[in-house]
Amino acid sequence: MLAILRKDLLLELRTKETLTSLLLLGLLTLLILSFAFEPGSEVRVEAAPGALWVAVVFAGVLGLSRSFLAERENECLQGLLLCPLDRGSIYLAKTLANFVFMAAAQIVVLPVFIFFFNLTLTSGFLGVIVTILLGLFGFSTVGTLFAAIAVRTRAREVMLPLLMIPLVVPLFIGGVTVTHKLLVGKGVSEVAPWLNLMLGFDVIFLVVGWLVFEYAVEE
Amino acid sequence: MGKTLLGNVLAGVAGSAMLLAVYMVFIYVPTDSAQGIVQRVFYFHVPIAIMTFVAFGVVAVASAMFLWRGTRAWDRLAHSSGEVGMVFCTLVLVTGPIWAKPIWGTWWTWDARLTTTLILWLIYAGYLMMRNVTASGEQGARYAAILGIVGVIDIPIINRSVYWWRTIHPAVLVTREGGSGLSDPRMQATLGVCFAAFFLLFLWLLFVRNENARLQDALEDIRQRVLARG
Repeated sequence: MLAILRKDLLLELRTKETLTSLLLLGLLTLLILSFAFEPGSEVRVEAAPGALWVAVVFAGVLGLSRSFLAERENECLQGLLLCPLDRGSIYLAKTLANFVFMAAAQIVVLPVFIFFFNLTLTSGFLGVIVTILLGLFGFSTVGTLFAAIAVRTRAREVMLPLLMIPLVVPLFIGGVTVTHKLLVGKGVSEVAPWLNLMLGFDVIFLVVGWLVFEYAVEE
Repeated sequence: MGKTLLGNVLAGVAGSAMLLAVYMVFIYVPTDSAQGIVQRVFYFHVPIAIMTFVAFGVVAVASAMFLWRGTRAWDRLAHSSGEVGMVFCTLVLVTGPIWAKPIWGTWWTWDARLTTTLILWLIYAGYLMMRNVTASGEQGARYAAILGIVGVIDIPIINRSVYWWRTIHPAVLVTREGGSGLSDPRMQATLGVCFAAFFLLFLWLLFVRNENARLQDALEDIRQRVLARG
């Protein structure tokens, strides 16, 4: 499993394809959302957590699509399947790799978000970063599974969003709520149930994905 | 022969129950004093809602069995339940707002039950679409089964998260009275009959759809054999 992970990361380091997609899509979404709200208005500040997470979701969905598309074009997946390797391990490796890519993209997207929406950096921000990581991991568990499926269908541009967005609603609601609370200065104890929900989601769907992935890639 | 008989019996029983239900809802049961005539929608809305979730439960179990055992019969059952469930889900989402507008003053609220049902509708849509966009029926069946299983696990989590989300905005929350005004035994009887009627309707539709799928598969098998013979 570590070998596959290393291979995915190395490949990405060289081509930077997925990373650039995620980055650009995230920034573009933030840009468009910035135009949706009057600069300086209260609505803008209220909407900021939502805007961030919308950018995360859309960049994630589109970026995941891309990463599997590239695999498919080069028949890499067939090659991987020929290895005497447990399908579950392939899933774990891919999920981790996608998580790393999405998290890396956030390193740029997050500061831009702070600039665009004029936020003051409070201590709550560390919590926001943790929440984003939890959310991204969850997106990756569900997204890797369904991207592998969607990329083999005819309507792949619409299938992945159609499948993913309803399923990751808990992560989205949790992420926006926690981000909002932390940015207005609420304590960790208030957001703890949400973080537990998101963590639970991550664990449950990592296990489900691990169990079910072999059916997704069977020829 | 057995199947035809079963089909006819189900059709007869379901049809009679529905006729009785319609009579009771429109003629027998008294008008609710607080909510007026619109309240009658409730007698349809609630049983349909229950059956939507039952249908998805069937989808989930059949999907798991299909992935585990691989027999086509499980896939056919899952697919049939998915289609029938989709119809029921659409009906819920249509009858709900019809009831809500006069009673709550709004077509839609984002409370846990409505939102979860809406998301369920989208999952049903993805489930059915999956079979149309795949290259082979076998693949489509497998992918749909995966979605069925992931969906059923996610639905309670989604419900919980939306519920929490709504309870932190109490000003916007609309208190839901549901069926609390069912004091009159005639109302209870009507609701009971409607539950039975829609349950039977679901069974009959599921049966017919499933038979349809089974016969289609049988036809396909025969066609393959004829072609193979050359």
